[in-house]
Amino acid sequence: MTSLPRNPGPTKLGLVIDLDICVGCHACAVNCKEWNTGGHSAPLTDHDPYGADPSGVWFNRIHSFEVVDDDGDSRTVHFPKSCLHCDDAPCVTVCPTGASYKREEDGIVLVNAEACIGCKLCSWACPYGAREYDEDAGVMKKCTLCVDKIYNENLPERSRVPACVSTCPAGARHFGDLGDPDSEVSLLVAARDGYALMPEQGCAPVNRYLPPRPKAVAAESSGVSALAPVAAEAGSAGMLARWVDRMLSR
Amino acid sequence: MHPAKSVILFTTASGAGYGLIAWLGVLAILGLVPADRGLGLIAFGLGFGLVVLGLVSSTFHLGHPERAWRALSQWRSSWLSREGVAAVFTFLPSGLFALGWVVLGRNDGAFAVLGLIASLSCVATVACTAMIYASLKTIRAWHSPWTLPAYLVMAALSGGLLLLVLLGLWGQPLAGPFGAIVLALFAATLAVKLLYWRSLADMDDASTAESATGLGDFGKVSLLEAPHSESNYLMQEMGFQVARRHAERLRRFVLFGGLAAPFVLVLAGLALPGAGAVVAAVLAALLLGAGLAVERWLFFAEAKHVVTLYYGESRA
Ligand code: SF4
Ligand code: SF4
Repeated sequence: MTSLPRNPGPTKLGLVIDLDICVGCHACAVNCKEWNTGGHSAPLTDHDPYGADPSGVWFNRIHSFEVVDDDGDSRTVHFPKSCLHCDDAPCVTVCPTGASYKREEDGIVLVNAEACIGCKLCSWACPYGAREYDEDAGVMKKCTLCVDKIYNENLPERSRVPACVSTCPAGARHFGDLGDPDSEVSLLVAARDGYALMPEQGCAPVNRYLPPRPKAVAAESSGVSALAPVAAEAGSAGMLARWVDRMLSR
Repeated sequence: MHPAKSVILFTTASGAGYGLIAWLGVLAILGLVPADRGLGLIAFGLGFGLVVLGLVSSTFHLGHPERAWRALSQWRSSWLSREGVAAVFTFLPSGLFALGWVVLGRNDGAFAVLGLIASLSCVATVACTAMIYASLKTIRAWHSPWTLPAYLVMAALSGGLLLLVLLGLWGQPLAGPFGAIVLALFAATLAVKLLYWRSLADMDDASTAESATGLGDFGKVSLLEAPHSESNYLMQEMGFQVARRHAERLRRFVLFGGLAAPFVLVLAGLALPGAGAVVAAVLAALLLGAGLAVERWLFFAEAKHVVTLYYGESRA
């Protein structure tokens, strides 16, 4: 049934992503691909993976943004993005077949690959680009919040978190029940002013992002002088240096 | 948005087909046109042909066309599902209406009522098609109050012009007055399209790279590095961009070649004797067909999806 759950339970499983900590290493995306290509929505098909124009299905992608303030001071923010398991998920209500659904018990949004006709409408309805079409299978795929991992009793308790969370080397990703105001993730969101993406789209996403902390030292007061551009100096470099440079830039 | 040929063909062809059948129903209930079997055969043949062509081409872009029947199940929430239900239902009254006209030579009484029901279901089907697009908040260009009227008036116009050609061919005296209705529909289409384009220019309520990332408090946000070196499904499906000057040229074609020129032809046809009027109407129909195909292409190509904000756009 593609209508949203009539009696949603109190549990809202989701992710909290700390933009202050993420270093943009893409490990979460890689481990997501690794786990999920054998998981609930397997496989995560690739096209031409070793060729000139590779493409494929990913549930999680890491964008990097530059943010420049009025003084011209800039910062780089690495920005992982996957399904936000929205409360008012438009991807679910537009689905004509009932293949897309939101689970009553924990709020996870899933696709039933047996029922999906591959009309792609859900991917048009999602503002966040969380749904990717699998050309080979002819069905839509998306983040499952590792539904086959988080409840898996064959795994040690501490591993029962999404693959992206267990793999993040920096500890930038947190998983928990955002429907419970006293859960660790909810407390973290409250303490760090966590926010939702594009609230104006009206999807009420569950996942939260924690903003970067203020810079400890502003660029101009850090005492570090900017490096002089190398190109201007190249002419004065020694012969050996110029030869090494030529060899290396071949 | 990527302008898929199958969807362009589907929406324009089925729109014209539904428009034609709807007009036949209207004329029958008003008792304005006799149940001429030859006219009925060609008119319904053309109408159903266009509708079926559209529906078949719309299944081309499905990953699993053999499961298309499942799309009839979620009418409670999904406009796409409602469109499917409406399209299937429409075959019932319009099929019986057509049989009465072509086989029994009747389009009065109960058959006229069937015709009216057929007309209403044609309108409902086209409205559902429009709402699939109009209901998507992610695409401002579609989430416009003008999307629904545009689909309806263009279906009425294209179906009406086809009917005008047939009425002329069959030498029906109605061809004259109906020509005036078609002219009014041309004017309405022109107005709706211009208003639609004007509403596109207004970007006040746009989502931004700042709202998409939530980083607006820190300054101006721009994409530094895309997630992957190569393109992906999202960029191919939603990242389609048409150059501004191309778009402007195509808009001019829609306005002048696709709407104004056939308007003049139909107008001239009203003054011409029988055969001349038919030739003018046929030429007008060809021009309008090209115009609507380009219009529908632009409807997709000019629509920017908010996901592009994660791929380098600053407003969408
Ligand atoms: S992020 Fe997109 S795919 Fe995920 S629930 Fe929200 S609308 Fe649906
Ligand atoms: S692609 Fe599949 S899951 Fe998405 S709306 Fe269509 S049928 Fe539903």
